[in-house]
Amino acid sequence: MKTSVYVDNNATTAVAPEVVECMLPFFTEQWGNPSSMHTFGGGVKKHIDAAREQVAALIGAEHPNEIVFTSCGSESDNMAIRGAVDAMGGHPHVITTRVEHAAVLGPCHYLEDNGYRLSTLEVDGQGNLDLAQVREFSRTGKKTVASIMWANNETGVLFPVQEVGALIKEGGGIFHTDAVQIAGKLPVCVKGAPIDLLSISGHKLHAPKGIGALYIRRGTKVTPHIMGGHQERGRRAGTENVPYIVGLGKACELAMQRMQADSVHERRLRDRLEAGILATCKGARVNGEVSNRLPNTTNISFEYVEGEAILLMLDDVGICASTGSACASGSLEPSHVLRAMDVPRSMVHGSIRFSLSRYNTDADIDSILEQLPRIINRLRELSPFVQD
Amino acid sequence: MWEYTDKVTDHFKNPRNVGAVENPDGEGTVGSLACGDALRLTFKLDENQKIAEAKFQTFGCASAIASSSALTVMLIGKTIEEAERLTNNDIIEYLGDLPKQKVHCSVMGREALEAAIYNYRTGKVFDKKLEGEVVCHCFGATDKEIERIARERKLTTAEEITNACKAGGGCGQCIPEIEAIINRVIGEEQAKSEARPKLTQLQKIKLIEETIDRQVRPILRRDGGDLELHDVDGDRVSVKFVGACVSCPVSSVTLKDVVENQLREAVSDAIVVEAI
Repeated sequence: MKTSVYVDNNATTAVAPEVVECMLPFFTEQWGNPSSMHTFGGGVKKHIDAAREQVAALIGAEHPNEIVFTSCGSESDNMAIRGAVDAMGGHPHVITTRVEHAAVLGPCHYLEDNGYRLSTLEVDGQGNLDLAQVREFSRTGKKTVASIMWANNETGVLFPVQEVGALIKEGGGIFHTDAVQIAGKLPVCVKGAPIDLLSISGHKLHAPKGIGALYIRRGTKVTPHIMGGHQERGRRAGTENVPYIVGLGKACELAMQRMQADSVHERRLRDRLEAGILATCKGARVNGEVSNRLPNTTNISFEYVEGEAILLMLDDVGICASTGSACASGSLEPSHVLRAMDVPRSMVHGSIRFSLSRYNTDADIDSILEQLPRIINRLRELSPFVQD
Repeated sequence: MWEYTDKVTDHFKNPRNVGAVENPDGEGTVGSLACGDALRLTFKLDENQKIAEAKFQTFGCASAIASSSALTVMLIGKTIEEAERLTNNDIIEYLGDLPKQKVHCSVMGREALEAAIYNYRTGKVFDKKLEGEVVCHCFGATDKEIERIARERKLTTAEEITNACKAGGGCGQCIPEIEAIINRVIGEEQAKSEARPKLTQLQKIKLIEETIDRQVRPILRRDGGDLELHDVDGDRVSVKFVGACVSCPVSSVTLKDVVENQLREAVSDAIVVEAI
């Protein structure tokens, strides 16, 4: 029987069994509308409040009401960026980076197409930001709205969000950070930090797909994306997705309890996997600042072979990962993150991302180390660039 | 994520003819690491001038590997003239189907074949940059290349061009130029078909009769059939099948593939043939 080795957790994670369990009663028994007058509905509200506190606790928010539930990380990003720009008025200058997730680049480019000035920060060959460039962009005398991610989904590289935020705030701007990949993996604390807005996504931390949250610091003005109803204090209309909100709360609570142990576990496995691959596969290199990354991620390029082919062969033996190759992206261009890091074109199509979770084991790593070198060698035999 | 046919999956997992022919008669290499695909094709002829050996080496995705493998299988046993007629559509057909974003993998196969045949004929290495100017800088596609693909495959949109050769699929800045090339090709093809001399109705009927006598009747008579020209009304030609054609189960196919086809080629594109 083919065992599944799932090492694509930055794409999505398994829903924790404890999360599934706590959600079920809200499908089967307590399915009332929290806004209803009767106790059957209204009685559900306290569970939403409890979940709100759990999410707030994970990110160190002082007031649970600073948490707004959304349908996903993309919605949180869109609401933060377009909502902050709209509420600010006066055509603020928008700042972001080249390596953001599409859910941030999308609204930024939309604003640019609609007459807003957009500045995009570059990264170096290891994926790091240049703080001098941040300073320069934030001191134009114009009001700014900046969106800069905390951890990169492809490489795991961490941005110095405290320093970046401080520079943006000094220049009088509003600072949003997409924390989708870091929340639940490493400690995040907005208390006393120069962060006005922060996005979270449920399915990256063992809650189901279809739920997210946006932290909005008290006093920060954001025009709602979804208007009409009074839910979320008028900031995000729509009957609350009760079971999923409860699930997200539980996942955040679990993350808080387990984060220390989980991150040690993931880091050990990741380091073992990475070292093993570099030792057994020639012409392989890690993409991104290795000393400053999420504990669970490694992005590795293999010379002379192509990503989709590697992935399909891994899939054939039950191993699930992802790639920055053009061929697998649906578009014809390879990963914009790797290109921004100037990864040589000869290696950008042969990149594979492995991202672990608390549920991965040493046996998973053994499987990958057993199969991957064979696969790389096989594809190199097929390649016109390898002369032996 | 891609819905690959069983044949594509088979040729990816079990590629045929991997490697390089020793002392090949023809060798062609296209693509590059930067592009994300590359194919090196080599072949050798036997004493009857038929391709006895064809091998490939490919850097690329499952579609690229499968297309290359399929190509080598299709080449073996063919003469150069027969091989030259293979198109990328033949490769796609052989594989069953390819997702539209992967059509360019089959085009790469066709280009490698052309380069290898060119090398066989001239001893030189084919350099596509000698042909025209680069229009798409992301993928190195030249204006001549785009024009040829548009003409050969009758493509009418920039998206179709991108699917066929990737041009325009990167930064997108060349898309206006691609559209200009497409419009030029469409204009030229239209002018060509309009350039045929205009016939009077009498001349048209005479030409129809002549074509039927010369091109169509011999084919039908070979199988014991025949037809009578009944009437010509504008572009509508009505015929009556006789002899073996009357009871033939595929006479409707003959009507379109033989009669109508011949008349459209010889007389006018607008002709429609009916059987009475």
